[in-house]
Amino acid sequence: MNINATLFGQMITFILFVWFTMKYVWPPIMKALEERQAKIADGLSAAERGQRELELAQEKVIEQLRAVKQQAAEIVDKANKRATQIIEESKEQAKVEGRRQLELAQEDIQQHITSAKNELRKNVVSLAMTGAERILGREVDKNESAKLIEDLVGEL
Amino acid sequence: MSAKITVTSTEYIQHHLTYLHLNLKNFTLTNGGFWTLNLDTLFFSFVLGVAFLYFFRKVAVRMTSGVPGKLQNFVEVIVEFADSQVKDCFHGRSELIAPLALTIFVWVFLMNFMDLLPVDLLPRIAGMMGIPYLKVVPTNDLNLTFALSLTVFVLIIFYSIKIKGIGGFVKELTLQPFNHWAFIPFNFLLEMVGLIAKPISLSLRLFGNLYAGELIFILIALLPWWIQWPLGWMWAMFHLLIVTLQAFIFMVLTIVYLSLAHEDH
Repeated sequence: MNINATLFGQMITFILFVWFTMKYVWPPIMKALEERQAKIADGLSAAERGQRELELAQEKVIEQLRAVKQQAAEIVDKANKRATQIIEESKEQAKVEGRRQLELAQEDIQQHITSAKNELRKNVVSLAMTGAERILGREVDKNESAKLIEDLVGEL
Repeated sequence: MSAKITVTSTEYIQHHLTYLHLNLKNFTLTNGGFWTLNLDTLFFSFVLGVAFLYFFRKVAVRMTSGVPGKLQNFVEVIVEFADSQVKDCFHGRSELIAPLALTIFVWVFLMNFMDLLPVDLLPRIAGMMGIPYLKVVPTNDLNLTFALSLTVFVLIIFYSIKIKGIGGFVKELTLQPFNHWAFIPFNFLLEMVGLIAKPISLSLRLFGNLYAGELIFILIALLPWWIQWPLGWMWAMFHLLIVTLQAFIFMVLTIVYLSLAHEDH
Protein backbone atom coordinates (compact mmCIF):
# COMPACT_ATOMS: atom_id res chain seq x y z
CA MET A 1 0.00 0.00 0.00
CA ASN A 2 3.02 2.22 -0.36
CA ILE A 3 3.25 5.10 -2.71
CA ASN A 4 5.65 4.11 -5.44
CA ALA A 5 6.49 4.78 -9.07
CA THR A 6 3.06 3.52 -10.11
CA LEU A 7 1.88 7.02 -9.26
CA PHE A 8 3.76 8.48 -12.22
CA GLY A 9 2.62 5.76 -14.56
CA GLN A 10 -0.97 6.34 -13.54
CA MET A 11 -0.66 10.09 -13.92
CA ILE A 12 0.66 9.67 -17.44
CA THR A 13 -2.12 7.19 -18.27
CA PHE A 14 -4.73 9.51 -16.82
CA ILE A 15 -3.47 12.52 -18.72
CA LEU A 16 -3.38 10.52 -21.95
CA PHE A 17 -6.92 9.31 -21.42
CA VAL A 18 -8.20 12.80 -20.67
CA TRP A 19 -6.37 14.14 -23.70
CA PHE A 20 -7.87 11.45 -25.90
CA THR A 21 -11.38 12.14 -24.58
CA MET A 22 -10.90 15.85 -25.08
CA LYS A 23 -9.57 15.44 -28.58
CA TYR A 24 -11.45 12.52 -30.08
CA VAL A 25 -14.46 11.59 -27.98
CA TRP A 26 -16.04 14.75 -26.64
CA PRO A 27 -16.14 17.02 -29.72
CA PRO A 28 -17.95 14.68 -32.16
CA ILE A 29 -20.53 13.70 -29.56
CA MET A 30 -21.16 17.30 -28.56
CA LYS A 31 -21.28 18.34 -32.20
CA ALA A 32 -23.94 15.76 -32.94
CA LEU A 33 -25.91 16.73 -29.83
CA GLU A 34 -25.80 20.40 -30.75
CA GLU A 35 -26.81 19.60 -34.31
CA ARG A 36 -29.74 17.63 -33.04
CA GLN A 37 -30.65 20.48 -30.72
CA ALA A 38 -30.63 22.85 -33.67
CA LYS A 39 -32.68 20.41 -35.71
CA ILE A 40 -35.27 20.06 -32.98
CA ALA A 41 -35.42 23.82 -32.55
CA ASP A 42 -35.89 24.20 -36.30
CA GLY A 43 -38.56 21.55 -36.30
CA LEU A 44 -40.39 23.19 -33.42
CA SER A 45 -40.31 26.61 -35.03
CA ALA A 46 -41.47 25.09 -38.32
CA ALA A 47 -44.32 23.38 -36.52
CA GLU A 48 -45.25 26.66 -34.89
CA ARG A 49 -45.12 28.42 -38.23
CA GLY A 50 -47.27 25.69 -39.73
CA GLN A 51 -49.74 26.07 -36.90
CA ARG A 52 -49.95 29.79 -37.45
CA GLU A 53 -50.39 29.32 -41.17
CA LEU A 54 -53.10 26.78 -40.52
CA GLU A 55 -54.93 29.21 -38.27
CA LEU A 56 -54.60 31.90 -40.90
CA ALA A 57 -55.92 29.58 -43.58
CA GLN A 58 -58.81 28.57 -41.35
CA GLU A 59 -59.68 32.19 -40.76
CA LYS A 60 -59.54 32.83 -44.48
CA VAL A 61 -61.71 29.81 -45.15
CA ILE A 62 -64.28 30.98 -42.63
CA GLU A 63 -64.30 34.42 -44.18
CA GLN A 64 -64.67 33.04 -47.67
CA LEU A 65 -67.40 30.73 -46.49
CA ARG A 66 -69.25 33.65 -45.03
CA ALA A 67 -68.90 35.60 -48.29
CA VAL A 68 -70.06 32.63 -50.29
CA LYS A 69 -73.05 32.12 -48.02
CA GLN A 70 -73.98 35.76 -48.40
CA GLN A 71 -73.65 35.48 -52.15
CA ALA A 72 -75.76 32.37 -52.17
CA ALA A 73 -78.41 34.09 -50.07
CA GLU A 74 -78.41 36.99 -52.49
CA ILE A 75 -78.77 34.66 -55.44
CA VAL A 76 -81.63 32.80 -53.78
CA ASP A 77 -83.27 36.10 -52.95
CA LYS A 78 -82.95 37.28 -56.51
CA ALA A 79 -84.26 33.98 -57.82
CA ASN A 80 -87.23 34.22 -55.48
CA LYS A 81 -87.99 37.73 -56.67
CA ARG A 82 -87.64 36.64 -60.26
CA ALA A 83 -89.92 33.70 -59.64
CA THR A 84 -92.63 35.92 -58.15
CA GLN A 85 -92.20 38.29 -61.01
CA ILE A 86 -92.57 35.46 -63.51
CA ILE A 87 -95.64 34.20 -61.68
CA GLU A 88 -97.16 37.67 -61.73
CA GLU A 89 -96.39 38.02 -65.41
CA SER A 90 -97.89 34.61 -66.12
CA LYS A 91 -100.98 35.53 -64.15
CA GLU A 92 -101.24 38.72 -66.09
CA GLN A 93 -100.77 36.88 -69.39
CA ALA A 94 -103.29 34.27 -68.35
CA LYS A 95 -105.82 36.98 -67.54
CA VAL A 96 -105.24 38.66 -70.93
CA GLU A 97 -105.44 35.33 -72.69
CA GLY A 98 -108.59 34.45 -70.80
CA ARG A 99 -110.18 37.71 -71.74
CA ARG A 100 -109.23 37.19 -75.36
CA GLN A 101 -110.61 33.69 -75.32
CA LEU A 102 -113.75 35.02 -73.74
CA GLU A 103 -114.10 37.63 -76.42
CA LEU A 104 -113.56 35.05 -79.12
CA ALA A 105 -116.16 32.82 -77.55
CA GLN A 106 -118.58 35.71 -77.25
CA GLU A 107 -118.00 36.59 -80.89
CA ASP A 108 -118.54 33.01 -81.80
CA ILE A 109 -121.73 32.94 -79.79
CA GLN A 110 -122.86 36.16 -81.39
CA GLN A 111 -122.19 34.68 -84.78
CA HIS A 112 -124.12 31.59 -83.90
CA ILE A 113 -126.97 33.71 -82.65
CA THR A 114 -126.99 35.72 -85.85
CA SER A 115 -126.94 32.65 -88.06
CA ALA A 116 -129.65 31.06 -85.93
CA LYS A 117 -131.78 34.18 -86.25
CA ASN A 118 -131.34 34.14 -90.03
CA GLU A 119 -132.24 30.47 -90.12
CA LEU A 120 -135.19 31.13 -87.91
CA ARG A 121 -136.30 33.99 -90.13
CA LYS A 122 -136.11 31.80 -93.19
CA ASN A 123 -138.03 29.08 -91.43
CA VAL A 124 -140.60 31.54 -90.17
CA VAL A 125 -141.13 32.78 -93.77
CA SER A 126 -141.68 29.33 -95.14
CA LEU A 127 -143.80 28.42 -92.14
CA ALA A 128 -145.92 31.50 -92.62
CA MET A 129 -146.26 30.80 -96.33
CA THR A 130 -147.37 27.30 -95.62
CA GLY A 131 -149.74 28.46 -92.91
CA ALA A 132 -151.21 31.11 -95.21
CA GLU A 133 -151.64 28.62 -98.05
CA ARG A 134 -153.48 26.32 -95.72
CA ILE A 135 -155.65 29.14 -94.52
CA LEU A 136 -156.42 30.50 -97.94
CA GLY A 137 -156.67 27.10 -99.48
CA ARG A 138 -154.87 28.05 -102.50
CA GLU A 139 -151.56 28.69 -103.82
CA VAL A 140 -150.17 31.93 -102.92
CA ASP A 141 -148.07 33.62 -105.45
CA LYS A 142 -144.92 32.79 -104.05
CA ASN A 143 -142.98 35.58 -105.39
CA GLU A 144 -145.40 38.23 -104.35
CA SER A 145 -146.17 37.03 -100.93
CA ALA A 146 -142.66 35.96 -100.32
CA LYS A 147 -141.67 39.52 -100.64
CA LEU A 148 -144.42 40.56 -98.34
CA ILE A 149 -143.55 38.05 -95.70
CA GLU A 150 -139.96 38.80 -95.95
CA ASP A 151 -140.76 42.34 -95.15
CA LEU A 152 -142.78 41.16 -92.23
CA VAL A 153 -140.07 38.94 -90.99
CA GLY A 154 -137.66 41.73 -91.37
CA GLU A 155 -139.74 43.61 -88.93
CA LEU A 156 -139.36 40.88 -86.40
CA MET B 1 -6.94 -26.35 14.49
CA SER B 2 -8.16 -22.83 15.13
CA ALA B 3 -4.62 -21.50 15.04
CA LYS B 4 -4.12 -23.06 11.66
CA ILE B 5 -7.30 -21.45 10.30
CA THR B 6 -6.25 -18.05 11.63
CA VAL B 7 -2.94 -18.34 9.89
CA THR B 8 -4.51 -19.33 6.61
CA SER B 9 -7.08 -16.55 6.90
CA THR B 10 -4.39 -13.99 7.52
CA GLU B 11 -2.36 -15.37 4.70
CA TYR B 12 -5.41 -15.33 2.45
CA ILE B 13 -6.12 -11.70 3.23
CA GLN B 14 -2.51 -10.67 2.90
CA HIS B 15 -2.27 -12.47 -0.38
CA HIS B 16 -5.27 -10.57 -1.61
CA LEU B 17 -3.84 -7.27 -0.52
CA THR B 18 -0.47 -7.69 -2.18
CA TYR B 19 0.22 -6.11 -5.53
CA LEU B 20 2.02 -7.67 -8.41
CA HIS B 21 5.23 -5.69 -7.95
CA LEU B 22 7.82 -4.98 -10.58
CA ASN B 23 11.09 -3.78 -9.09
CA LEU B 24 12.46 -1.13 -11.43
CA LYS B 25 15.98 -1.53 -10.04
CA ASN B 26 16.52 -5.11 -11.12
CA PHE B 27 13.28 -5.87 -13.02
CA THR B 28 12.16 -8.71 -10.83
CA LEU B 29 8.71 -9.23 -9.34
CA THR B 30 9.75 -8.01 -5.90
CA ASN B 31 8.98 -4.93 -3.87
CA GLY B 32 11.81 -2.47 -4.42
CA GLY B 33 10.61 0.42 -2.29
CA PHE B 34 9.70 3.56 -4.18
CA TRP B 35 10.99 2.45 -7.57
CA THR B 36 8.39 -0.24 -7.95
CA LEU B 37 5.52 -0.54 -10.38
CA ASN B 38 2.25 -2.15 -9.40
CA LEU B 39 1.76 -4.06 -12.62
CA ASP B 40 -1.77 -5.20 -11.77
CA THR B 41 -3.01 -1.66 -11.10
CA LEU B 42 -1.36 -0.35 -14.23
CA PHE B 43 -2.65 -3.21 -16.32
CA PHE B 44 -6.28 -3.15 -15.20
CA SER B 45 -6.60 0.63 -15.19
CA PHE B 46 -5.07 0.78 -18.65
CA VAL B 47 -7.25 -1.99 -20.08
CA LEU B 48 -10.42 -0.46 -18.62
CA GLY B 49 -9.49 3.01 -19.77
CA VAL B 50 -8.74 1.79 -23.27
CA ALA B 51 -12.00 -0.18 -23.31
CA PHE B 52 -13.89 2.94 -22.28
CA LEU B 53 -12.16 5.13 -24.86
CA TYR B 54 -12.48 2.54 -27.61
CA PHE B 55 -16.18 2.15 -26.98
CA PHE B 56 -16.87 5.88 -26.77
CA ARG B 57 -14.65 6.64 -29.75
CA LYS B 58 -16.44 4.00 -31.80
CA VAL B 59 -19.80 5.57 -31.00
CA ALA B 60 -18.46 9.10 -31.47
CA VAL B 61 -17.25 8.31 -34.98
CA ARG B 62 -20.63 6.96 -36.02
CA MET B 63 -22.49 9.72 -34.20
CA THR B 64 -25.54 11.00 -36.01
CA SER B 65 -27.61 14.04 -35.26
CA GLY B 66 -30.64 12.18 -36.55
CA VAL B 67 -32.43 9.41 -34.72
CA PRO B 68 -29.83 7.78 -32.45
CA GLY B 69 -29.34 4.05 -32.10
CA LYS B 70 -29.42 2.28 -28.76
CA LEU B 71 -25.66 2.36 -28.30
CA GLN B 72 -25.51 6.02 -29.19
CA ASN B 73 -28.37 6.72 -26.83
CA PHE B 74 -26.49 5.04 -24.03
CA VAL B 75 -23.35 7.05 -24.68
CA GLU B 76 -25.35 10.25 -25.09
CA VAL B 77 -27.02 9.75 -21.73
CA ILE B 78 -23.64 9.43 -20.01
CA VAL B 79 -22.12 12.33 -21.90
CA GLU B 80 -25.09 14.59 -21.23
CA PHE B 81 -25.04 13.58 -17.59
CA ALA B 82 -21.40 14.65 -17.30
CA ASP B 83 -22.09 17.76 -19.33
CA SER B 84 -25.03 18.82 -17.18
CA GLN B 85 -22.97 18.32 -14.04
CA VAL B 86 -20.27 20.55 -15.47
CA LYS B 87 -22.80 23.18 -16.58
CA ASP B 88 -24.42 23.20 -13.15
CA CYS B 89 -21.20 23.93 -11.28
CA PHE B 90 -18.93 25.58 -13.76
CA HIS B 91 -19.99 28.78 -15.45
CA GLY B 92 -16.95 29.65 -17.50
CA ARG B 93 -15.96 28.16 -20.83
CA SER B 94 -13.45 25.39 -20.85
CA GLU B 95 -12.56 22.79 -23.43
CA LEU B 96 -10.98 20.61 -20.77
CA ILE B 97 -13.29 20.34 -17.81
CA ALA B 98 -16.23 18.50 -19.37
CA PRO B 99 -14.12 15.79 -21.09
CA LEU B 100 -12.10 15.51 -17.88
CA ALA B 101 -15.28 14.97 -15.89
CA LEU B 102 -16.52 12.37 -18.35
CA THR B 103 -13.21 10.51 -18.31
CA ILE B 104 -13.08 10.51 -14.52
CA PHE B 105 -16.65 9.37 -14.13
CA VAL B 106 -16.58 6.49 -16.59
CA TRP B 107 -13.04 5.36 -15.90
CA VAL B 108 -13.38 5.45 -12.12
CA PHE B 109 -16.72 3.72 -12.37
CA LEU B 110 -15.28 0.92 -14.49
CA MET B 111 -12.32 0.49 -12.15
CA ASN B 112 -14.60 0.51 -9.11
CA PHE B 113 -16.82 -1.99 -10.85
CA MET B 114 -14.00 -4.53 -10.90
CA ASP B 115 -14.70 -4.81 -7.19
CA LEU B 116 -17.93 -6.62 -8.00
CA LEU B 117 -16.15 -9.47 -9.74
CA PRO B 118 -15.75 -12.44 -7.44
CA VAL B 119 -12.67 -11.73 -5.30
CA ASP B 120 -10.95 -14.98 -6.13
CA LEU B 121 -11.80 -15.22 -9.82
CA LEU B 122 -9.04 -13.29 -11.53
CA PRO B 123 -6.29 -13.94 -8.92
CA ARG B 124 -6.99 -17.69 -9.18
CA ILE B 125 -6.81 -17.61 -12.98
CA ALA B 126 -3.63 -15.55 -12.76
CA GLY B 127 -2.27 -18.01 -10.22
CA MET B 128 -2.83 -20.82 -12.69
CA MET B 129 -0.84 -18.87 -15.26
CA GLY B 130 2.01 -18.48 -12.79
CA ILE B 131 1.35 -14.94 -11.61
CA PRO B 132 1.77 -14.99 -7.84
CA TYR B 133 -0.18 -11.87 -6.83
CA LEU B 134 -3.01 -9.94 -8.45
CA LYS B 135 -5.04 -7.05 -7.13
CA VAL B 136 -7.91 -6.57 -9.48
CA VAL B 137 -9.44 -3.26 -8.38
CA PRO B 138 -7.18 -0.40 -9.47
CA THR B 139 -9.03 2.21 -7.41
CA ASN B 140 -8.05 0.63 -4.13
CA ASP B 141 -4.47 1.36 -4.95
CA LEU B 142 -3.43 4.66 -3.36
CA ASN B 143 -1.08 5.22 -6.28
CA LEU B 144 -3.95 5.41 -8.68
CA THR B 145 -6.24 7.59 -6.58
CA PHE B 146 -3.35 9.94 -5.84
CA ALA B 147 -2.40 9.99 -9.49
CA LEU B 148 -5.91 11.18 -10.31
CA SER B 149 -6.15 13.69 -7.50
CA LEU B 150 -2.64 15.06 -8.05
CA THR B 151 -3.40 15.62 -11.72
CA VAL B 152 -6.55 17.46 -10.67
CA PHE B 153 -4.45 19.37 -8.11
CA VAL B 154 -2.00 20.44 -10.81
CA LEU B 155 -4.95 21.60 -12.90
CA ILE B 156 -6.35 23.55 -9.93
CA ILE B 157 -3.07 25.40 -9.51
CA PHE B 158 -2.67 25.86 -13.26
CA TYR B 159 -6.13 27.39 -13.66
CA SER B 160 -5.82 29.48 -10.50
CA ILE B 161 -2.68 31.06 -11.88
CA LYS B 162 -4.03 31.28 -15.42
CA ILE B 163 -7.25 33.03 -14.42
CA LYS B 164 -6.08 35.17 -11.52
CA GLY B 165 -2.40 35.55 -12.33
CA ILE B 166 0.35 34.67 -9.90
CA GLY B 167 -0.34 37.82 -7.92
CA GLY B 168 -4.02 37.03 -7.67
CA PHE B 169 -3.35 33.48 -6.61
CA VAL B 170 -0.87 34.56 -3.94
CA LYS B 171 -3.33 37.19 -2.76
CA GLU B 172 -6.04 34.58 -2.52
CA LEU B 173 -3.74 32.42 -0.41
CA THR B 174 -2.61 35.18 1.90
CA LEU B 175 -5.36 37.79 2.23
CA GLN B 176 -8.25 35.45 2.95
CA PRO B 177 -10.27 35.06 5.06
CA PHE B 178 -8.84 38.02 7.04
CA ASN B 179 -7.88 40.88 4.79
CA HIS B 180 -5.15 42.45 6.90
CA TRP B 181 -1.37 42.26 6.55
CA ALA B 182 -0.93 41.05 10.10
CA PHE B 183 -2.96 37.95 9.33
CA ILE B 184 -0.92 36.95 6.30
CA PRO B 185 0.90 34.00 7.91
CA PHE B 186 -2.28 32.78 9.53
CA ASN B 187 -4.25 33.13 6.29
CA PHE B 188 -1.54 31.38 4.35
CA LEU B 189 -1.53 28.46 6.75
CA LEU B 190 -5.29 28.17 6.58
CA GLU B 191 -5.49 28.41 2.82
CA MET B 192 -2.61 25.99 2.33
CA VAL B 193 -4.34 23.44 4.49
CA GLY B 194 -7.51 23.97 2.50
CA LEU B 195 -5.67 23.67 -0.79
CA ILE B 196 -3.72 20.55 0.08
CA ALA B 197 -6.73 18.94 1.71
CA LYS B 198 -8.44 18.90 -1.67
CA PRO B 199 -6.30 16.28 -3.44
CA ILE B 200 -5.75 14.29 -0.26
CA SER B 201 -9.43 14.06 0.60
CA LEU B 202 -10.29 13.37 -3.01
CA SER B 203 -7.96 10.41 -3.29
CA LEU B 204 -8.38 9.03 0.22
CA ARG B 205 -12.16 9.07 -0.05
CA LEU B 206 -12.13 6.94 -3.18
CA PHE B 207 -9.39 4.70 -1.87
CA GLY B 208 -11.00 4.21 1.52
CA ASN B 209 -14.40 3.31 0.14
CA LEU B 210 -13.07 0.83 -2.37
CA TYR B 211 -10.49 -0.64 -0.02
CA ALA B 212 -13.14 -1.24 2.62
CA GLY B 213 -15.45 -2.74 0.05
CA GLU B 214 -12.78 -5.09 -1.20
CA LEU B 215 -11.83 -6.07 2.32
CA ILE B 216 -15.41 -6.93 3.20
CA PHE B 217 -15.68 -9.08 0.08
CA ILE B 218 -12.48 -10.87 1.18
CA LEU B 219 -13.90 -11.36 4.68
CA ILE B 220 -17.16 -12.69 3.27
CA ALA B 221 -15.12 -15.10 1.17
CA LEU B 222 -13.63 -16.47 4.39
CA LEU B 223 -17.04 -17.39 5.83
CA PRO B 224 -18.66 -20.81 5.37
CA TRP B 225 -20.01 -21.28 1.88
CA TRP B 226 -23.72 -21.22 2.81
CA ILE B 227 -23.56 -17.73 4.31
CA GLN B 228 -21.33 -16.38 1.55
CA TRP B 229 -24.18 -16.19 -0.97
CA PRO B 230 -26.66 -13.98 0.90
CA LEU B 231 -23.98 -11.78 2.46
CA GLY B 232 -22.02 -11.52 -0.75
CA TRP B 233 -25.18 -10.66 -2.65
CA MET B 234 -26.25 -8.03 -0.13
CA TRP B 235 -22.84 -6.42 0.00
CA ALA B 236 -22.59 -6.48 -3.79
CA MET B 237 -25.93 -4.69 -4.08
CA PHE B 238 -24.85 -2.10 -1.54
CA HIS B 239 -21.45 -1.82 -3.10
CA LEU B 240 -22.96 -1.22 -6.52
CA LEU B 241 -24.35 1.99 -5.04
CA ILE B 242 -20.98 2.92 -3.54
CA VAL B 243 -19.16 2.18 -6.76
CA THR B 244 -21.40 4.55 -8.73
CA LEU B 245 -21.56 7.11 -5.98
CA GLN B 246 -17.80 7.31 -5.55
CA ALA B 247 -17.25 7.74 -9.27
CA PHE B 248 -19.90 10.46 -9.25
CA ILE B 249 -18.44 12.20 -6.19
CA PHE B 250 -14.96 12.17 -7.66
CA MET B 251 -16.28 13.75 -10.83
CA VAL B 252 -18.40 16.39 -9.09
CA LEU B 253 -15.65 17.40 -6.67
CA THR B 254 -13.20 17.71 -9.54
CA ILE B 255 -15.63 20.03 -11.30
CA VAL B 256 -16.25 22.00 -8.13
CA TYR B 257 -12.56 22.41 -7.36
CA LEU B 258 -11.78 23.50 -10.88
CA SER B 259 -14.68 25.95 -10.96
CA LEU B 260 -13.47 27.38 -7.65
CA ALA B 261 -10.06 27.78 -9.23
CA HIS B 262 -11.72 29.72 -12.05
CA GLU B 263 -13.59 32.05 -9.76
CA ASP B 264 -12.10 35.44 -9.29
CA HIS B 265 -12.76 36.96 -5.89
